[in-house]
Amino acid sequence: MTAEVAVLGAGMHPWGKWGRSFVEYGVAAARAALADAGLEWREVGSVVGADTVRGGYPGYVAGATFAKALGWQGARVASVYAACASGAQAVAAARAQILAGLADVVLVVGADAAPKGFFRPAGGDRPDDPDWLRFRVLGATNPTYFGLYARRRMAVHGDTPEDFAEVKVKNSAMGALNPHARYRKRVTADEVAASAVVADPLRLLDICATSDGGAALVLSSMEFARRRGVAAPVRIRAVSTVTPTYPNTVLDLPDIATDSAAVVEPAERTFRASIAHAAYQEAGIGPEDLSLAEVYDLSTALELQWYEDLGLCGEGEGAKLLREGATAPGGRIPVNMSGGLASFGEAVPAQAIAQVCELTWQLRGDAGPRQVEHARVGITANQGLFGHGSAVVAVR
Amino acid sequence: MPRTRTPVVTGWFTGDGADFTLLGTRCSACASVFFPREDGHCRNPGCDGGDLAEIPLSRRGRIWSYTDSRYRPPSPYVTDPELPWEPCTLIAVELAAERIVVLGQAVPGVTVADLTVGAEVEVVPGVLHEDGETVFTTWRWRPTGVAA
Repeated sequence: MTAEVAVLGAGMHPWGKWGRSFVEYGVAAARAALADAGLEWREVGSVVGADTVRGGYPGYVAGATFAKALGWQGARVASVYAACASGAQAVAAARAQILAGLADVVLVVGADAAPKGFFRPAGGDRPDDPDWLRFRVLGATNPTYFGLYARRRMAVHGDTPEDFAEVKVKNSAMGALNPHARYRKRVTADEVAASAVVADPLRLLDICATSDGGAALVLSSMEFARRRGVAAPVRIRAVSTVTPTYPNTVLDLPDIATDSAAVVEPAERTFRASIAHAAYQEAGIGPEDLSLAEVYDLSTALELQWYEDLGLCGEGEGAKLLREGATAPGGRIPVNMSGGLASFGEAVPAQAIAQVCELTWQLRGDAGPRQVEHARVGITANQGLFGHGSAVVAVR
Repeated sequence: MPRTRTPVVTGWFTGDGADFTLLGTRCSACASVFFPREDGHCRNPGCDGGDLAEIPLSRRGRIWSYTDSRYRPPSPYVTDPELPWEPCTLIAVELAAERIVVLGQAVPGVTVADLTVGAEVEVVPGVLHEDGETVFTTWRWRPTGVAA
């Protein structure tokens, strides 16, 4: 088992469409996390930034940008980019520095200012970039991939659009209780059904928006936490940043085809399932130990897929688990008590960090009306474009 | 002046009519197949690497899943902003021999209502877009038994 690091503070800038620089959101989140930790910015020995690729030159060097905006104080710096998994990689980098004794306190920050409409690749003529190719050749936006997965579930597992809509109903009810969420209104199944089809079978209210937002964490060594008198901090017990195993046989964004399984048999677990499995192995726990989960509901249907990939239920049983109420507040394993992407919209480099913020507040008992009773163990799960796994296990 | 016919991506497909196929590559050492083509190195981590030779992919396969784009995709997808957007159907097709799933657009006129997971489709040549000088060609999936 890997040694643990402490989560001393968590902070967010509310998600929305604010029309300001990502730096502002990141700094606000960082200041909130430092205040939550009761630490001065000058006590931070290292800053790890999760990069946005928008609003600046490619792979905006987020760590240094945030460090400068907070006021240069000489801290060590690193920046990471792994698309939607950037936040988890930032947490992983911070943890590695702490466990290696390179820093006692690390500030992790991710923030984005998202454009209106579909995400699109960087400009220019780049036929060697798979992300450019899928737009150029197929016009395949992110929602079309979500549509493919949703239709596949309907055909293989018998899921229905009504099942998908119930995910939105559940998550929007939680988002209504979360002051950091962009969408604070409860949504009914009828409203989902009345919204426009974007990528059959998915409708506008099945698909997450793109948002502005920022999230930050202050992590420290367990020894530092003890010295500061934090006797029982939330601890990060595992960070999974695995890649797929060849052949990857589930069509993943931004690919136009899967790997061929003609010669090499696929691994026992799909990529998504392997992300959670690696986290469970590292944490020495299983899905039965979880109090709650935060999963990447890019679409309503994808949340059901995560239930299965996290081992919360058997393959094909995601919709049944939802209908039983197991993943709702008060259920056996509440999922996305933050309101999920359904209520936030995606602020790419901030999102995986925001998931850990929610776990932190839940495990401390500070989640207010969203609180899961007796929360002890939580997991986050997400997958970044180009083969980036992302899962964090936190305990208290 | 006749317009030039240019594949939207070089080396991904060949042929004109009944002989139209997608092109992949196969490793001479482990026989792994790649689409889009790998020309540098075999990606099988258990293979020391062999020569990668061009091969045609199976012309027919079965629908793994399908969806559509009800809204105009952003660039670099090329559309005429003067014209209203017509939904475009996308099909992911599983080729049995290669055990691979390949995404493509459906032939024009085929909607999601015409499709079911598991149904057979075949690959046919298509036009992605054209301007005064160039016709950009691509591949399309067509349900078998449906006229072009």
